[in-house]
Amino acid sequence: MVTTGKKVKTFIIDGKDVSGTEDQTVIEVCRENNIEIPTLCHLEGLAEVGACRLCLVEIKGSNKLLPACVTKVHEGMEVITASEGLKKYRIKILELFFSERNHICSVCVSNGICELQNLAQRLGMTHVHYPYLFPKFDVDASHERFVLDNNRCILCTRCVRVCDEIEGAHTWDIMGRGIESMVITDLNKPWGESESCTSCGKCVAVCPTGALVEKYKNAVDKSFMYKKDKLKFLPYLTTMREVKNEQS
Amino acid sequence: MSRTITIDPVTRIEGHSKITIHLDDEGKVNDARFHVTQFRGFEKFCEGRPFYEMPSLMARTCGICPVSHLVAGAKACDDILAVRLPDAAIMLRKIMNLSQIIQSHALSFFYLSSPDILLGLDSPVQDRNLGGIVKANPELAKNGILLRKFGQKIIELLGGKRIHPSWVIAGGVSTKLTEEQRKTMLGWIPEALKAIQWTLDTVKPLLENFREEMRTFGNFPSLFMGLVNENNELEHYSGKLRIVDSVGNIIADKLDPQKYFEYIEEKVEPWTFMKFPYYKPLGPDQGSYRVGPLARLNIIDRCGTPLADQEWAEFRDLERGAVLSSFHYHFARLIEILYGIEKIKMLLDDEKILSTHFRAYAEPNNFEGVGVSEAPRGTLIHHYKINEQGLITWANMIIATGHNNQAMNKGILQAAKHFIKHDKLTEGMTNRVEAVIRCYDPCLSCSTHAVGKMPMKIQLVNSCNEIIDELIKN
Repeated sequence: MVTTGKKVKTFIIDGKDVSGTEDQTVIEVCRENNIEIPTLCHLEGLAEVGACRLCLVEIKGSNKLLPACVTKVHEGMEVITASEGLKKYRIKILELFFSERNHICSVCVSNGICELQNLAQRLGMTHVHYPYLFPKFDVDASHERFVLDNNRCILCTRCVRVCDEIEGAHTWDIMGRGIESMVITDLNKPWGESESCTSCGKCVAVCPTGALVEKYKNAVDKSFMYKKDKLKFLPYLTTMREVKNEQS
Repeated sequence: MSRTITIDPVTRIEGHSKITIHLDDEGKVNDARFHVTQFRGFEKFCEGRPFYEMPSLMARTCGICPVSHLVAGAKACDDILAVRLPDAAIMLRKIMNLSQIIQSHALSFFYLSSPDILLGLDSPVQDRNLGGIVKANPELAKNGILLRKFGQKIIELLGGKRIHPSWVIAGGVSTKLTEEQRKTMLGWIPEALKAIQWTLDTVKPLLENFREEMRTFGNFPSLFMGLVNENNELEHYSGKLRIVDSVGNIIADKLDPQKYFEYIEEKVEPWTFMKFPYYKPLGPDQGSYRVGPLARLNIIDRCGTPLADQEWAEFRDLERGAVLSSFHYHFARLIEILYGIEKIKMLLDDEKILSTHFRAYAEPNNFEGVGVSEAPRGTLIHHYKINEQGLITWANMIIATGHNNQAMNKGILQAAKHFIKHDKLTEGMTNRVEAVIRCYDPCLSCSTHAVGKMPMKIQLVNSCNEIIDELIKN
């Protein structure tokens, strides 16, 4: 994509000559060129945080792996997105997700429409080689229409970002450190008592797993609309960002 | 010197258990115990989960009869929602529940028990399995596989997969039945009917060879409990509970399943993880009852389908009053397969089943819900309590096999007393003790059942806990 007033950079991804504007990230250029990079925290239309680390790529000349979602393109760079080493690292990262919280797909309400589950299948994760930690979090079902289950959260912060950047409510935030980190509403009040929540449901729509779901529903439900309509929801997010950019 | 004989593990049943037989100073059988050695804790770890997750969460209790738990769990959730289900939802759930019963009975009879019946309890252990059946009577093996497939295929067609479908949900089912699905299922019926009729004709004469076993395999007076419908016919999904005594007299009728705790209590023993439920008014001893196919056929006035009613008449002729010998569980199972196939056809022939109204929507209207249905092995009770947010605060399940616990212990003691002679341990003898258990088809957990290949250890232990004799079978 070439936009007036922005410098164009040419570089190489997986041996292919590509170009992008200076403000683009590696992942954006990859998507434009149909190069697949797995992600869980990145969502078009939301700010990038580089939380999930699944989009790590190799860049020639750098001895570190860099997350494609927050790495800006520069002239002459050579990016490798799918080396054998990277594939192994990605599977290990997925295994860490599965070991950190109680992601038991078989009894999860999002079974079959979960991004974490789909990715594990697509990348060929067969075992979890780390001990399961399964910290116990209470389910917050105090909201009239939605449920928060931190046991199934991967801390991607999509809910935090969509609530802040698109809805403008900033109900969600992260509390705690390390394994005890969790998403909370309004300074850790029960969701149902939150004064800032507008009950718009955007957080539920963007949640990649079963952490934020509609109450009384599960994936076999025809009316489990929020998660299934994610693809329809994405253009809305992008439009909202463009409107915001124009205003600023 | 008193001694103990241990049979560990018990083979060709679903789950892990062992049997100990206690001998007195004179070497006579004094007591026998059926120990369930596994603990699972479902009632505890579901606490804090949203109630509508319960049907599919609890279905994970068992891989043989997930549908039974799904149905009982969903019924408990319906009770929490306090909704009246659409007819189509009830009919579709009934079909899935019957398919579950058919496939489980086929597994129990053809895969696990038919080797004992067809080849005899004293036949060599290496042949006494499904492989032996294939060699001895390929037609029987073929029909067994066909009937199990029939049940499994219907479950898959309706629920998307054979094991652990999550299609039954609080308030109904998640998709409507299409005309095409109905036609497909109706197309499978004639073949299945033919298979079960052939099996009944073949197996009935064989049962005559087991006179001694009929007399001694859990043949004792007890109560029988199960669901009956409003016409007092065979019922596996709704209806009221009925209890009959060993003479066949109805001692309690039209008991509200929702209030099971008013008339059923559970006793705990330190040597097993399985509890002992009993009928409260009569106390732990007199109030012990049997459930499952034998009990269901003992409590009803008729089956309610033409072919099964004919077989049922023969079944009732076996003994005066209620049929007491647990050996007849096998025959009862075959009659229920026949009934199930006929009933599925009746349900599919009704146009209402295609209705687009297959689900009731509601928020929780009760803090408590009870769901009772008939699983292959007997009455299954799920009972949940929730808080204001709809999260589970307490759960209780009484599993079909649990109801039979007392009866299984009595049955083993009876068989052990009859077959075990203190001076030697023979394979035929321990086979018979195991075969008593197999009559009840206990489902102790979910998946484990070896085809005659699990090692079995029998130990003779004296009063000082020293092993004085050991027999190991591989």
